[in-house]
Amino acid sequence: MDMLLDGFQTALTPGNLLFAALGVLLGTAVGVLPGIGPAMTLALLLPVALTMGPDSAIIMFAGIYYGGMYGGSTTSILLNTPGESSSVVTAIEGNKMAKSGRAAQALATAAIGSFIAGTIGTVLLWVLIPSVADVVVKLGAPSYFAIMLLALFAVSAVLGSSKLRGFIALFLGLAIGLIGTTTGQARLTFDQPLLADGIDIVVVAVAVFAIGEALWVAAHLRRKPLEIIPVGQPWMGRDDWRRSWKPWLRGTAYGFPFGALPAGGAEVPTVLSYITEKKLSRHPEEFGKGAIEGVAGPEAANNASAAGTMLPLLTLGLPTTATAAIILVAIQSFGMQPGPLLMENEPDLVWALLASLVIANTLLLVINLPMAPLWAKVLQIPRPYLYAGILFFATLGAYSVNFQAFDAALLLVLGVLGFAMRRFGIPVLPLIVGVILGPKVEEQLTQALALSGGEVSTLWSEPVAVVVYVVMAVLLLAVIATAFRRPAPAAEHHDEKELVER
Amino acid sequence: MTIDRSQYLLAAFLVAVGGYVLYDASTLEKGFADQPVQPYAVPNVVGAVLVVLGVLLAIATARGDVPEAEEGEDVDLTQGTDLRTVGLLALVLVANIALIDWLGWAITGAILFTGVAAVLGSRTHVRDLAIGTALSVGSWYFFYVALGIPIPAGILDGVL
Repeated sequence: MDMLLDGFQTALTPGNLLFAALGVLLGTAVGVLPGIGPAMTLALLLPVALTMGPDSAIIMFAGIYYGGMYGGSTTSILLNTPGESSSVVTAIEGNKMAKSGRAAQALATAAIGSFIAGTIGTVLLWVLIPSVADVVVKLGAPSYFAIMLLALFAVSAVLGSSKLRGFIALFLGLAIGLIGTTTGQARLTFDQPLLADGIDIVVVAVAVFAIGEALWVAAHLRRKPLEIIPVGQPWMGRDDWRRSWKPWLRGTAYGFPFGALPAGGAEVPTVLSYITEKKLSRHPEEFGKGAIEGVAGPEAANNASAAGTMLPLLTLGLPTTATAAIILVAIQSFGMQPGPLLMENEPDLVWALLASLVIANTLLLVINLPMAPLWAKVLQIPRPYLYAGILFFATLGAYSVNFQAFDAALLLVLGVLGFAMRRFGIPVLPLIVGVILGPKVEEQLTQALALSGGEVSTLWSEPVAVVVYVVMAVLLLAVIATAFRRPAPAAEHHDEKELVER
Repeated sequence: MTIDRSQYLLAAFLVAVGGYVLYDASTLEKGFADQPVQPYAVPNVVGAVLVVLGVLLAIATARGDVPEAEEGEDVDLTQGTDLRTVGLLALVLVANIALIDWLGWAITGAILFTGVAAVLGSRTHVRDLAIGTALSVGSWYFFYVALGIPIPAGILDGVL
């Protein structure tokens, strides 16, 4: 409890409050802007953030994270174009509501639901993180190795629609992670001294997120203006409140646990929440035509899972979303060791972050609810400027890491890879997670075997490790089973599309 | 059955990368006695799996697997890929890489912004250049003065 109050003290200093507000505004702006998500924004801001001091940077990142989630719902509702897979479900009912003149209510239930879910989720974090961290610290290298394998496997096989493509992304990431001389010998450096330390993860992240996206959009640029539904001030009537509060709570109950799992992500809980609300609703006939429950539930689930993501991130150092992956990179770049010892070594930072999540959430509601009409205007920025700006800041960010034209060249090469990944439907997250976790997996394996004198059986000598391997085996069987049941790999994504069209 | 032939290119790329990782691993020497995990152990696994994934992708492609290209707000997938725009963008980025050490960010950044805007269809070149220059000089000063990151000034050394 004292730690939490200390955390609030750090987060509530005027300077940090300013960074939180800045983060919320930036996050919402980029969530609203097409083509830019929170992960890309964080990647672009990493070089600047590294000069700010860890507290302020992490607090600002928390604001951007939540702001980005909120901004995403705005485009889903006003444009019917979900920027991220987790807001696909919001678009189904939200855009229908907007089209029937209820954009204000849809935006309001999304914002208030996000606030409630985010706050409950953060309080759960306060309660859970200390005890989970206590358990995690006792884990040995074998357990840790097993958990990281599970995370790599889950991120590749469970998220996304094509398992094959998930693994392609993961192993490309692992290959990039091999580059360097960590083992004492140069691996994959092409005799380039500039590659001796490996490729800076900042450069990798900026390249696949920002450059890849800009090139991809350039190749398919929509030459006609977007149709934007005008919004007034978001507000809700009595009836809207009555119909929203239960979906908010149920959505939260779905979202948090899924976010907290190593195989988390917001896709599953948002869909589950949508289906539940449709079943429980007293107005099932409204679903597909703009039912407010269909916005309230999934939006709450979305934000609760964002909060849940922080649990594996802060206790294990495992990122389960692209945004969490970049926050992990930031923690690493500040010279801190993410993972089991973070809580022990940097309690001030962790509690400041946990406190700032609630602050970011509150600011989000207070600042953004009145500003919705303004955000709708942000959508009208001319596209040439938008993407010129992204490439400009991406290049600046990568260049400012070491002031080498070589980094800008790497940026382009990896950016072309990012472009190809979008063309071939290969997910970005497994690649990033592979780059981050690959070297750590090798390190934990080395540590486990060094302690046992090279005896391989040590890998399943801890109960936690055994449980994790069993979970992996079950997941693997499930993957194989679905692969046999549905030979057409594209079939899975189809469900989601159907949902959207229904 | 439609077959996305360009997906074979990706499969070939995966096999090539995997093959190179394996080759690179074979050039590594046995590590020290206290290294229980040999330096070539992990690369061997990664390289081999990449080759297998490449083969699997080729088989899936032949069986009619089509990739699901990523959609987005500004993306219109109904038209074909506009490779000319992508090529020109890449050219602008290459120009930036070639010139940045010599001309410095304050100049190449402005060229980068203006070039990209022009490639993407902006016709107000003078205004673009003005915005680009403001951005690049402004960001140079912001990094140099506010953040304390000394971005090399290039030929403008002493001017800025």
